[in-house]
Amino acid sequence: MASTSTSAVQTYVPGEHPDWPAPSSVKGPVHWIKTNLFGSVTNTLLTLLTIYLLYKIIPAMVDWMFIDAAYTGTSRKDCEAQAGGACWAFIGTRLQLFIYGFYPEAERWRVNLTAVLLFVALAPVLYDNVPHRGKALIFTVLYPVIAGVLLVGGIFGLEYVATDQFGGLMLNVIIGVTGIAFSLPIGICLALGRQSHLPVLRIVCVAFIEFIRGVPLITLLFVAAVMLSYFVPPGTNFDLLVRMLIMVTLFASGYMAEVIRGGLQAIPKGQYEAADSMGLKYWQSMRLIVLPQALKIAIPGIVNTFIALYKDTTLVIVIGRLDILGIGRSSLADSKWQGLSTEVYVFVAIFFFISCFLMSRYSLYLEKKLHTGH
Amino acid sequence: MAETQTAEQTGAIESSKGSDDIIQINGMHKWYGDFHVLKDINLSVKSKERIVICGPSGSGKSTLIRCINRLEEHQRGDILVNGIELTNDLKNIDLIRREVGMVFQHFNLFPHLTVLENCTLGPIWVRQTPKKEAEAIAMQYLERVKIPEQALKFPGQLSGGQQQRVAIARSLCMSPKIMLFDEPTSALDPEMIKEVLDTMIELADTGMTMLCVTHEMGFAKTVADRVIFMDGGEIIEENVPNSFFDNPQHERTKLFLSQILAH
Repeated sequence: MASTSTSAVQTYVPGEHPDWPAPSSVKGPVHWIKTNLFGSVTNTLLTLLTIYLLYKIIPAMVDWMFIDAAYTGTSRKDCEAQAGGACWAFIGTRLQLFIYGFYPEAERWRVNLTAVLLFVALAPVLYDNVPHRGKALIFTVLYPVIAGVLLVGGIFGLEYVATDQFGGLMLNVIIGVTGIAFSLPIGICLALGRQSHLPVLRIVCVAFIEFIRGVPLITLLFVAAVMLSYFVPPGTNFDLLVRMLIMVTLFASGYMAEVIRGGLQAIPKGQYEAADSMGLKYWQSMRLIVLPQALKIAIPGIVNTFIALYKDTTLVIVIGRLDILGIGRSSLADSKWQGLSTEVYVFVAIFFFISCFLMSRYSLYLEKKLHTGH
Repeated sequence: MAETQTAEQTGAIESSKGSDDIIQINGMHKWYGDFHVLKDINLSVKSKERIVICGPSGSGKSTLIRCINRLEEHQRGDILVNGIELTNDLKNIDLIRREVGMVFQHFNLFPHLTVLENCTLGPIWVRQTPKKEAEAIAMQYLERVKIPEQALKFPGQLSGGQQQRVAIARSLCMSPKIMLFDEPTSALDPEMIKEVLDTMIELADTGMTMLCVTHEMGFAKTVADRVIFMDGGEIIEENVPNSFFDNPQHERTKLFLSQILAH
């Protein structure tokens, strides 16, 4: 050291220090395990405890669900004769009911078609590299009407099906998708209204949001089911399902508005100023500058609200409509299959888990796609 | 350069209240709540004039130029920009903003759009320029600020100096008559200040009307036709750069210059 400090100024030729490969202690699987699983004493203990619990739970669960399970049979006794685990035969024989509720059997193709078209309508919204996206989006906008006509019928030679025959999974999807599709735009408007400089608009939006957030969804559904008929003029028959859809949508909108407001507040003032100084009008700067950024920030919260809304669709049971959970519960009353509640709840749980997991995965994909390095 | 300066020195400032003024501010006051930020501002700017506004922080210089495109509202007096009076009339505000470009201290590029999209947004949505044409114009300005190769990147991937040059190009794409610069180099690393100042000097050479709030006194000396010194919300002194720096009249100006030029 002493010799270098006393010698003349040192110069280095550029490129004298080439990049070396990183040692195995900073990358690779061994490094990952060391830092993430056995990084400290607490960490090691937690890892071991987790491994032990998984060892205890997973084999037993797999055994009950798959290995020792009965897949065929016509009653609980059949199942018990075959195996000691889950009795999936129960779910199997009731599957149609779980999916379609009391929708007339001959007309169920309409539900299937509506479901297929739902994916067609969703594709251009979810992915922007869909071919002919512009035209596809027109179909998306028309989809709610098409779905309504297909499901309810009564015109174009389709047999009329009353909405009280809707049930099961189909009911959850109808309410969930409607709520999700309409609560986002309404929520955006409420959030913008809450920030408005116009006092009347602001007060109306704040009052609406606070009311919705202060009242349980069940209460609103009861109001929709029972009390709304006092307010509308006598003789008007306002379909109960439509009332439910409206209530669920408004409920989710209130929450959505607050999630989006969080995103809006994260946008620096400079973005508004840059948009203003360019001469963009209010709606232009919102649509082109502010909302794309605010919604991106709010994605986790938005998807959170979507998932909560989707799971809340099971609450329609309180006003006498049987969704997948309701159908499951009422199936338990069948004397042939008595006592199989675990199977029903596991089945319903798996259905909800898959739907919600897909939503959360999609939101991660979206976040990654919209990441632009800032 | 030399010609314009001599023209200025032979009394252009005194007679600057003519009708060819592109900006006219008469007896303008502004308050933030009870705080009197701008006091009796009178300022006329001729087309193609380059003005540097300096002064200690909190003196109201940024607020002044932000009043010109109505990012801030004034409470008394009047402001005429390009012959249009700034009032609450949104139509007038939009008309003025089309002609007035602004460059901010913190760039304020749109992080979710590419550099090219940042530049074409205004022309497409405000001026209804067809997309192809807007892109051609944008590329032309990006070349002028010497970063055409970054056109498809996002602002977050560029250095501060590059971002500020994009911001300048973005404003120029609207073909404004006036450019406002609000401390354009204050948020930059020292090595990047020069590239931005060079861009601004080039812009000044093209005859753009410019109002710059800046502490870059070198820039003021090279480019400005007039330097305005503000303190406490008032215009304290205005003069051509040579006289302003060599022979400041006011005590506060002298103090400010001694502080800023001390090192």
